[in-house]
Amino acid sequence: MDELMIGETKLTNRLFTGTGKFADHSMMKQAFAHSGSEVVTVAVRRVDLEAGHENILEDIPPNMIIMPNTSGARNAEEAVRIARLARAAGMGNWIKIEVISDQKYLLPDNEETIRATDILANEGFVVLPYMNPDLMAAKKMVDAGAAAVMPLGSPIGSNRGIRMKEMIRILIEEKTVPIIVDAGIGKPSEAAEAMEMGADAVLVNTAIATAEDPVGMAEAFDLAVKSGRKAYLAGLGPVSQRAHASSPLTGFLS
Amino acid sequence: MSFYDTYLKIKNEPYEEIFASFTVKDVDRALLKTSLDEKDLLALLSPAAGERLEEMAQKAHRLTLQNFGKVIVLFAPLYLTDYCVNKCTYCSFSFDNDFPRRKLNPLEIDQEAKALKDMGIQHVILLTGESKIHSSVEYLAESANILKKHAASISIEVQPLETEEYAQLVAAGVDGLTVFHEVYNEEIYKELHVKGPKRNYRYRLDAPERGCKAGMRSVNIGALLGLDDWRKEVFFTALHAEYLQKKYIETDIAVSFPRIRPNLGGFSPRFDVNNKELVQAMLAFRLFMPRAGITLSTREEAEFRDHLIKLGVTKMSAASSTVVGGYANKKEDNSQFEISDTRTVDEVKNRLKQLGYQPISKDWDILADLEGENVFSNARNHNRETRAGASV
Repeated sequence: MDELMIGETKLTNRLFTGTGKFADHSMMKQAFAHSGSEVVTVAVRRVDLEAGHENILEDIPPNMIIMPNTSGARNAEEAVRIARLARAAGMGNWIKIEVISDQKYLLPDNEETIRATDILANEGFVVLPYMNPDLMAAKKMVDAGAAAVMPLGSPIGSNRGIRMKEMIRILIEEKTVPIIVDAGIGKPSEAAEAMEMGADAVLVNTAIATAEDPVGMAEAFDLAVKSGRKAYLAGLGPVSQRAHASSPLTGFLS
Repeated sequence: MSFYDTYLKIKNEPYEEIFASFTVKDVDRALLKTSLDEKDLLALLSPAAGERLEEMAQKAHRLTLQNFGKVIVLFAPLYLTDYCVNKCTYCSFSFDNDFPRRKLNPLEIDQEAKALKDMGIQHVILLTGESKIHSSVEYLAESANILKKHAASISIEVQPLETEEYAQLVAAGVDGLTVFHEVYNEEIYKELHVKGPKRNYRYRLDAPERGCKAGMRSVNIGALLGLDDWRKEVFFTALHAEYLQKKYIETDIAVSFPRIRPNLGGFSPRFDVNNKELVQAMLAFRLFMPRAGITLSTREEAEFRDHLIKLGVTKMSAASSTVVGGYANKKEDNSQFEISDTRTVDEVKNRLKQLGYQPISKDWDILADLEGENVFSNARNHNRETRAGASV
């Protein structure tokens, strides 16, 4: 069984989803059901425990792990406060740290993210930091106690694919915790690409939520992630730019 | 450096000629670009772009969906007081308009906030006339403190303040600032703002920037359309927004496109801005700044607002009262301006759902005071430890 371990938790599905940008909760719920996803990220700032049936948590299938995120935090202190709010609100122990102090490109602040990871891991959270793919920053996050690292493929919501491919490849090569490619994945083929590269999982939100048929798109992503993972496990053949002549330099030895 | 320096540089350009010089080809070129410059913006605001409204709308819709999703954040104004020391020709609150002025006391503020929450509103914008005496920083901070119990986000739309004063309010839990410059054209500005501190053009123009410096999470600007040629005014507004976003990348910059509404002074707009033109203004701005917020008030009529939602709006007010104390005790009184969309919050929510949008009542948690000391002291200790560790 090909399992993914995040902290102490075993997962069998490698597509993570998110609650943002959906037109309505019932559509969201159906999309999740068809995605196979076991982990869903929820912006704490959008959670309204007093909203009764409009409380977004009510519409998350009970089998899914809720990974609250600190969306809206602009520094480590805000991320820490939001994480504590999430825990106090009963959203469990997982926290996806998002520290974004740039409202134009929505790029994460690695330095503040490392600080928040340190504080929250010490407080017993299962910390999954969203980050700009940088090997040193990833190492520091892992040293600080991150349970996984979530590099962006492209800026959030950009649907531009894995533009950070080379840096993510390095993170995967050097990984000691799972690498989950988050943000920028616009098409199932791009999710498959990340999985073929050896990513442990991908998080897809905008592409599903804003599709004309979110349910169909959720299914498509599920298949793509499974396909990419299978290809990775099966061992992709090496890629070469041109044809290889057989042993032009060492042929004389035979 | 202030946006005023930019304004001085661009204010005397021959705008009429510039706008007239664009052709549909220029508009098409701008439509194909992913990152638009000032010239593209001018093209999109020009009369030629009037022939490409549908194309502009399609792109604006797509960009907004991608950046913000199928969601609209709802908010409402809470008028704290209508005392004002200014005389502005277009506003009912002008000091020389004779009507009984009011100022809410703490109990009344609590009742208003509660009434708003019961209606389904948790993002509240506190409004006042402009009077340092009747709407002092202390009074505003106290109001924010009361609001915190019922609201998820508190903004202010009050007289321009100093950076330190804004910072005081941020510490009290205020996270948003709205300052409309009314009219960027400085000559017209002086004509309309007849008396009072509001006559100080520069002090008001720099207020949004002071708010950014003070740590406001979001800053909303806008020009009151109808006071000068809207194409020019929207151009200045967009450049002002871009200036702020570039310099304060951590702040959410949003823009409103308010049109002059009937008011007590009987002022009528100098320049008419029809629906088609308002749409063009909004679309041009959305294409120029795809990530910026666009706020829509109940100044506009319900049906028209419903159409605007798909064209780039990210935030809209609902069931607004522009009367001091207008939520807890509904009665006819002097409002700052007349409301056009009089639907209830539930009606607006249902309409949004029909249109395929999710109405959002809560999009923030007020973090001020919340375990505050604790977090900061931990963070500071952490820093010290890290540094100590590094030096060993």
